[in-house]
Amino acid sequence: MNNESYQKYYVPDQSPWPIVGAVALFFIALGAGLFVMDMDKGESGWGGYILLLGIAILFFMLYGWFKNVIDESMTGLYSAQMDRSFKQGMSWFIVSEIMFFAALFGALFYARMIAIPWLGGASNNEMTGAILWPDFSAVWPLLTTPGGTETQAMGWGLPAINTTILVISSITLHFAHTGLEQNKRKQLTTMLLITLILGLIFLGLQGYEYVHAYRDLGLRLDSGIYGNTFFILTGFHGIHVALGAIILFFVFLRVLKGHFTPEKHFAFQAGAWYWHFVDVVWLLVFFVVYVL
Amino acid sequence: MSTVTTADHHDEHHDHKPTGIKRWLFTTNHKDIGSMYLIFALVMFFIGGAMAMVIRLELFQPGLQFVDPQFFNQMTTVHGLIMVFGAVMPAFTGLANWMIPMMIGAPDMALPRMNNWSFWILPFAFLILLMTLFMPGGGPDFGWTFYAPLSTTYSNDTTALFVFSVHIMGISSIMGAINVIVTIVNMRAPGMTWMKMPLFVWTWLITAFLLIMVMPVLAGVVTMVLTDKYFATSFFDAAGGGDPVLFQHIFWFFGHPEVYIMILPAFGIISAIVPTFARKKLFGYASMVYATASIAILSFLVWAHHMFTTGMPVFALLFFMYTTMLIAVPTGVKVFNWVATMWRGAMTFEVPMMFALAFIVLFTIGGLSGVMLAITPADFQYHDTYFVVAHFHYVLVSGAVFSIVAAVYYWLPKWTGHMYDERLGQMHFWCSLISVNLLFFPMHFVGLAGMPRRIPDYALQFADFNAIISVGGFLFGLSQLIFVWVLIKCARGGEKAEARAWEGAEGLEWEVPSPAPYHTFDTPPEVK
Ligand code: HEM
Ligand SMILES: [Cu+2]
Repeated sequence: MNNESYQKYYVPDQSPWPIVGAVALFFIALGAGLFVMDMDKGESGWGGYILLLGIAILFFMLYGWFKNVIDESMTGLYSAQMDRSFKQGMSWFIVSEIMFFAALFGALFYARMIAIPWLGGASNNEMTGAILWPDFSAVWPLLTTPGGTETQAMGWGLPAINTTILVISSITLHFAHTGLEQNKRKQLTTMLLITLILGLIFLGLQGYEYVHAYRDLGLRLDSGIYGNTFFILTGFHGIHVALGAIILFFVFLRVLKGHFTPEKHFAFQAGAWYWHFVDVVWLLVFFVVYVL
Repeated sequence: MSTVTTADHHDEHHDHKPTGIKRWLFTTNHKDIGSMYLIFALVMFFIGGAMAMVIRLELFQPGLQFVDPQFFNQMTTVHGLIMVFGAVMPAFTGLANWMIPMMIGAPDMALPRMNNWSFWILPFAFLILLMTLFMPGGGPDFGWTFYAPLSTTYSNDTTALFVFSVHIMGISSIMGAINVIVTIVNMRAPGMTWMKMPLFVWTWLITAFLLIMVMPVLAGVVTMVLTDKYFATSFFDAAGGGDPVLFQHIFWFFGHPEVYIMILPAFGIISAIVPTFARKKLFGYASMVYATASIAILSFLVWAHHMFTTGMPVFALLFFMYTTMLIAVPTGVKVFNWVATMWRGAMTFEVPMMFALAFIVLFTIGGLSGVMLAITPADFQYHDTYFVVAHFHYVLVSGAVFSIVAAVYYWLPKWTGHMYDERLGQMHFWCSLISVNLLFFPMHFVGLAGMPRRIPDYALQFADFNAIISVGGFLFGLSQLIFVWVLIKCARGGEKAEARAWEGAEGLEWEVPSPAPYHTFDTPPEVK
C-alpha cells in the first residue's frame, strides 16, 4: 500500500443515529412479531402501530444519518481510503444479499429435484409413495399437492416482457454512469430517470401478475410448494427492486442538486451496483421460476 | 512478528473522551464499543447460565421435581440461543473491536457509526427474545436448532417474535462482519502485509467471511418458518410438497459454519497467547493461516453430518462422513503447531496461559468426540444423546469460552492499565477447570449408554452420573463469580501495567501505553 492513501482517516465524532436505528429495528421486530401473532389469532392489537412507528423512526434515522454523511462528503472530509471502505462495505452487503437469495433458490431446488420425487416414491422411498400418497404424481410445476390443494401454473409471457424491461434498465443505468464519468450531466439525468421509470413499470407489471395469479389462476402463497417458492422468490425480488428504486430515487434527487463528481460518486455507484445485482437475480428468477 | 519503527504517540495530549451516558449511546470509538460488546456478553453469559442452572437442577434427580416439561424445553432452547448468539459471538466481536484496529495500526474500525449500530441492536434483540418467556404460551421451546415441524406446526404463539428477534440479531452480525473485513482489508498500516498480520486478525477475517455467507441463510430459513407457521406455506410440510428435512439442510448449511464462527477466533487467541508465554515465535505461522482457510472452506461441505439419521441416500452419508473427517486434519495441524510452539520454550504459567493450555487439551477432547460422531454408523447410536451434548460443550465451553476468558486475562492490562489479581485468577482457573470436567465428562458416559438430550426426565440407571453432572454445573456457575470479582477489582485498581504487559508479548497493541489511549494510531505507524 502506498503512503498517499493515508491522508487522515475520518473518524466521525459521536453520532445519535446508530442508537436511533437500533430503537427503530427494535420497534420493527417487536411490531412485526406482534402484528403477525395478532393476525394469526384474528385479533387486532398494537402490533401494526408499533411496526409503523419503527418504520417511521427508521426513515427518520436514515434521513439524519445520510444527511450527516452527505454533508461530510461535500465538505471534503473523506479521503480515497474512506471511499474504499464504503465501496467494500457495499460489496460485502451485496454478497450477503446473494446468500439470502441462495437460500431461497436452494429451497426451490431441493423441493423440485429431491422432495417431490421422493414423495412420489423415488430413491429409497417407495413405501412413502405407496402408503402415504398413493395418488400423488411427482411433476413440476406441482399443481396438485400430496394433500390435494390445486392450482394452475404461471405462464412466462409477461415475465419475458419484464425481463426485457429490467435488462434495458440496467443498460440505461450504465449510460447514466458513463454520463456521470464523462461529466455529461444531461445524459446522466435522463438516463437515470428512464431507469427509474422502467423500474416502476416492472413493479407495476409484477403487481398485475400477482392479481392475475390470485384471481384467475388460483395460484396463491398457500397453494403448496409451487406457489410458496413462486411467491417467496418473486416477492423478495420485488421488495429488492422497490428498495433499489428508492435508492436510485434519492440518488436522482442528489443529481438534480448537482451532487457527485466524475471522480467521486460513491452513493451513485452503490445504487447502481445494487440495481445490477437485483437485475441478475431477476434473470435467475426468470429462468428458474418461470421458464424451466 | 511486527515492530513499530516510529512510535509516535502524541495521543495522550488530546485524549479527551466524552462523558456521561451519551459517551456510550452515541459512541463511534472502537474501544468503547468493544467494551460494551464484552460487558453485554458477560451479562448474557450469566442469564444463559442461570437457565443452565435450572436445567441441571431439574436433572439432578430422575423424575419431575421443579419445572414442568414445557418450561424445561424453553430453558434448553433459550439457553442455547443466548449462549450462541448472545454470549460467545458478541464476546468475540467485542475482542475484535478492541484488538483488530490496534493490531493492524488503524485509527478505528472502518465504519465507526455502523459499528455502534451493530452493537445496540443486540440488547434489543435479546430483550424481545427474553420477553417471550413471560408472554402467554411462553417462549420458544423447540431447541436452539428450531427444527420444523416443532417450530411450525407444534410451536407456540410467540414464534413470530422469535423469528424477528433472530432477524435483527442477524442484521447486527452481518454489519459487524462487514466492518471487520473492511477494516482488515483497507485499514492496515503501511508495511502490515497479509502474512505479517497477527493470527487473531487472520482468523477473524475468515470468520467475518463465514458470517456474511451464512447469516443470510439463517434469515432465509427463519423466514420460511414464519411463513409456514403463519401464512400456510408448506416448505417444511410434505402434504404441500415440501419436506421437514429441507429445514435441516438449510439450517445446518448455516449451522455448521456457525460453529466455526465460534471457534476460529479462539484459534487466533490461542495463537497469540501461547507464543507469549512460551517466549518463542509461533511455530508454523503460514500453515496456521492455510489451515484456517481450509477449515472455512470445508465447513460449507459438511453440514449433513448433523442429519445422518434422516434417511439420506447412502452416497450422501458417505460424502458427509468423509468431508467431516477431513476437517480434523487442518484442526490437527493447529493443535500440533501450538504444541510445537511450546516445545523447549521458556514457559511461565500465568492465568491466560493456563486457560490456553486447558483449551488445547480440552478442545482436542471435543474434536476427538467430533470425529466419533462423524462416523456415520456410530452416529446412528450417538445422535441426539448426551454424547452430542458432551461433544459440543467441550468445544464450546472449554473451547470457545475458555479462549475468551484467556483473552480477557491476556489483554485486561492493556484495557484497564492494571494487572489483574494473579492469585484470584489462578483460583478462578482451577475451579473452572475441575468443575467443567466434572460437568461435561460424565455426559459422554450417559450419552453412550443412551440418555437422550432435551428431556426433563431420565431412566434410573443414569441417576448417579446426573447428580455428579449437576454438582459440576453448580460449581462451574459459582466459579464464574470469581471471574466477575477479578474483573471488578482490576477495573478499579491494581498493580500498574507496563505498555508491554507480558515479557514475551509481541505485536502493535503492546507498543501503545497501558491503558491504551482513547484514540490510537491517528497517523498510521510504520510496520517493518
Ligand atoms: C474435528 C472437528 C469436529 C467434528 C468432526 C465434529 C462433528 C460433529 C458431528 C458429527 C455432530 C453431530 C452429532 C449428532 O447430532 O449426532 C456435531 C455436533 C455439534 N458440534 Fe461438532 N464437530 C467438530 C468440531 C466442532 C466445533 C469446533 C464446534 C464448535 C465450536 C462444534 C460444535 C457442535 C455443536 C454445537 C453440535 C450440536 C448441534 C446441535 O445438535 O445442537 N463441533 N459435531
Ligand atoms: Cu457440524
